Amino acid sequence: MVVARKGRLTGLQRDVLSLYRSCLRAIRKKPPDSRQNFLLFTREQFEQHRHILKSDFTTVEYLLRRGHNQLETYSNAGVRNIGV
Amino acid sequence: MNSYRTTLRRVTRSLQITARGLATAAAEPVQAAKAPRMKQFQIYRWSPDDPTSKPRMQTYNVDLNACGPMMLDALLKIKNEQDSTLTLRRSCREGICGSCAMNINGTNTLACLCRINTDTAQTTKVYPLPHMFVVKDLVPDLTQFYKQYKSIKPFLQRSEYPADGKETLQSIEDRKKLDGLYECILCACCSTSCPSYWWNQSEYLGPAILLQTYRWLADSRDHATEERKLALQNSMSLYRCHTIMNCSKTCPKGLNPGLAIARIKKSMAL
Repeated sequence: MVVARKGRLTGLQRDVLSLYRSCLRAIRKKPPDSRQNFLLFTREQFEQHRHILKSDFTTVEYLLRRGHNQLETYSNAGVRNIGV
Repeated sequence: MNSYRTTLRRVTRSLQITARGLATAAAEPVQAAKAPRMKQFQIYRWSPDDPTSKPRMQTYNVDLNACGPMMLDALLKIKNEQDSTLTLRRSCREGICGSCAMNINGTNTLACLCRINTDTAQTTKVYPLPHMFVVKDLVPDLTQFYKQYKSIKPFLQRSEYPADGKETLQSIEDRKKLDGLYECILCACCSTSCPSYWWNQSEYLGPAILLQTYRWLADSRDHATEERKLALQNSMSLYRCHTIMNCSKTCPKGLNPGLAIARIKKSMAL
């Protein structure tokens, strides 16, 4: 999916997108029945912070750190499904 | 007759209880008569529930007459009576668990071992451990610190064990070499006071972990000395220590991580 954009992305925006992509990759390693749930969960986690300005970098950096921690936790093969 | 005796006993007991109650009641007004010594505390607050909010300092006033002598007593008094949202780690309240490590008046220390400065004219400032990511209020994120501790393999590594299946023995002199090392409770006060650790947290192990490394290097029962030394043989893990000695100055247990690091360096060089 290619989205037309005005101007270049900031480094922080690219970091967020790269986190989202690694989440999507991690979802592919989950059992087929639960992938939809993981996708919904991931989207919800990103959408709920959509309103945060890109200039508010301390917040974005904090959320990125938290996102990476969560990704590490949920990437564990022991996590087979997730409630949304 | 028997029932009479029971009643008598019951009455006597209730009298005793009343007497005890009176004694406490009599003692309280004496305490209350003292003028309150109000001390101001400024505490770092930040909550992850609203990630867009910025950290702030919140001021609390505590009457030192009604509070224990240690910083932890004051913090718990605030948490119990004024603001239950104040978040901090604590467990043993006697300096053996290392949970309540924080920065009090500019020094990393354990809140449970730090006396409240009784000068009520001065404000006491409390921050979480410096240069660590904050989880909430006074709670730092120690994940990286524990990962580093795991990386030094902090356990006895031996090629063979005694044939009789009993414990591995050690002479009294060899045991003495571990004094001043084994007492470390991994509170992270020293590591977070080290400027080298501030700037190179991802690669430099930091004083607390290096002290532990030396604890295993110095152990006569450990057979992995060469591998342990080899793991430190790079510019970052050990040699980022520039003997700033903040670690030894701040250690709430009075240990000397600086000396332990110097001994590792010596054993690697010779």
